[in-house]
Amino acid sequence: MTRGHWLLTLLSGGLYTFLYAPIVVVIVYSFNTARYGSGWRGFTTKWYSTLWNNPQALSAAENTLVLAVASTVLATVLGTMLAMGLNRYWFPAKRLASWLLYVPVVIPDIVMAVAMLLFYALLRDLVGLFNLGLTTMVISHVTFQIPFVAIVVRSRLFGLDPALEEAARDLGATPWQTFWRVTFPLILPGVAAGGLLAFTLSLDDFVVSFFTSGPGSTTLPILIYSSVKRGITPDINALSTLIILVSVVGTVLITLMQRAKQ
Amino acid sequence: MSAHNEHGERPAEVLFGERLTRRDHLRRSAMLSGPGFLWVVIFLFLPLLFMVGISVLSRGAAGEISLTFTWENFQRFAGFGELGFDPMYPTIILRSLVLGLATTAICLVMAFPLTFFIAGLRSPLKNLALTLVVIPLWTNLLIRTYAWQILLAGDGWLARAAAWVGLTGAGEALYPGTLAVYTGMVCDFLPFLVLPLYASVEKMDWSIVEAAMDLGANGWRVFQHAVLPQVKPGVAAGCILTFIPAMGTFVIPDLLGGSKTMLLGNAIQQQFGPSRDWPFGAAITLLAVVIVMLGLWLFYRLDAKRGEGMIL
Repeated sequence: MTRGHWLLTLLSGGLYTFLYAPIVVVIVYSFNTARYGSGWRGFTTKWYSTLWNNPQALSAAENTLVLAVASTVLATVLGTMLAMGLNRYWFPAKRLASWLLYVPVVIPDIVMAVAMLLFYALLRDLVGLFNLGLTTMVISHVTFQIPFVAIVVRSRLFGLDPALEEAARDLGATPWQTFWRVTFPLILPGVAAGGLLAFTLSLDDFVVSFFTSGPGSTTLPILIYSSVKRGITPDINALSTLIILVSVVGTVLITLMQRAKQ
Repeated sequence: MSAHNEHGERPAEVLFGERLTRRDHLRRSAMLSGPGFLWVVIFLFLPLLFMVGISVLSRGAAGEISLTFTWENFQRFAGFGELGFDPMYPTIILRSLVLGLATTAICLVMAFPLTFFIAGLRSPLKNLALTLVVIPLWTNLLIRTYAWQILLAGDGWLARAAAWVGLTGAGEALYPGTLAVYTGMVCDFLPFLVLPLYASVEKMDWSIVEAAMDLGANGWRVFQHAVLPQVKPGVAAGCILTFIPAMGTFVIPDLLGGSKTMLLGNAIQQQFGPSRDWPFGAAITLLAVVIVMLGLWLFYRLDAKRGEGMIL
């Protein structure tokens, strides 16, 4: 048994190295003096100041945040309402509708991306609206975020005790009061989790953004992609390092929050 | 929620302290679920329908969509183009399938030792080990992919090691190529398999494993009869979560592969991007959707007992 255990530890160590090698190499190279090639030429932080003075990177960061916040707010409201309706009220073909909700979750993002690109192009020809830009990106992001929010909130609604809301109504609360004072606080963890998931999906998205963006609405993932296509530069490594830092801090915070709740 | 009386009328019932008729149900569904559903229908299902529509149209001289009906787009990826048989597109389809399946298989083989290692750790270490699998998942895929360009570069130590062993010539980069694409794919998708598998392993009944060992089963037989049946749901969920994005990826082959590693995702990107042949692009996209749906259906059939709600 001990031999098997050591073998398992060794294998797992190798797999962790494999998973983290790309992340580590980006961080290390963001501090490398060398501009080209992959040799180590000494420590520097100058790529971070280069990045700070790069107007493209700053506007991309701004676009990414505006896009993520706007789409998450919209998707969280729509997705939560959708989940409430699905959870409590009946309508024809409800089962089919619930299944359709999984389509945006399971289809490859490139399919979604080109379908939307095509749709916006047709609309543009017909009505002259929907020029590619931040607006079309927000619309597209909301589309793939809604189902994720709805699925997360719905699972929270399943666990809700109807007696609590019935008690509120019995005590004379209006439906509106019952929702804001009883239901909403109870489903808030689900809404927050759904919103957070939607937010990270938006921040992380490259493919849908790439196809539905226009001039001037470049986001960080698009900026990284187009820079890498021209050849990796150290300031892109610096930018990626900052993004990695935000993701790691975010993941750790969420994990800690979840643990505190349990 | 489908108890109707003989007139097909849903009886009024008391729900959450309210008396509701069928009409109330419809009105409230429309008010609450309506906007969200409408959004997804207008901006996803309608565009997908348009996609079906233009896949049977032709490309005009300037790359515009011409309103003439044709099956040519579908014939083209079956290999029958204007200039006779051309294996390019059938090869792309086959390559995507092979790459998707192989990536899933490699990730699965790697996920088992890692998952059992994590499951065997003590509590605080276990959470740390699990978080370490989640972190790459939340780190942008684009970054983790282009990093392999640095790792596999000609003057990197991996390329030097490969040259020293005699696999490649000195100073030769390990990318672009099939090996680089596989490396990037497995590295990017491994967490997708580890997490669902871990969820199953956590729930495993170890007394069954001990019983099998007591009864004298060897390692492989223990795995096959006492472990595998118990973790099947996790394996199925993990395989779907890996296979679907692996089939549709265009970033990984785009950054790590050359023209010889073109996949469905790249073909779609090329038709909607530089080649500007949207009808043909739509046909390839539809094919990708069909393959994904077939894959889902297959996994669903293999795991029929678990029923709905398996994916999430």
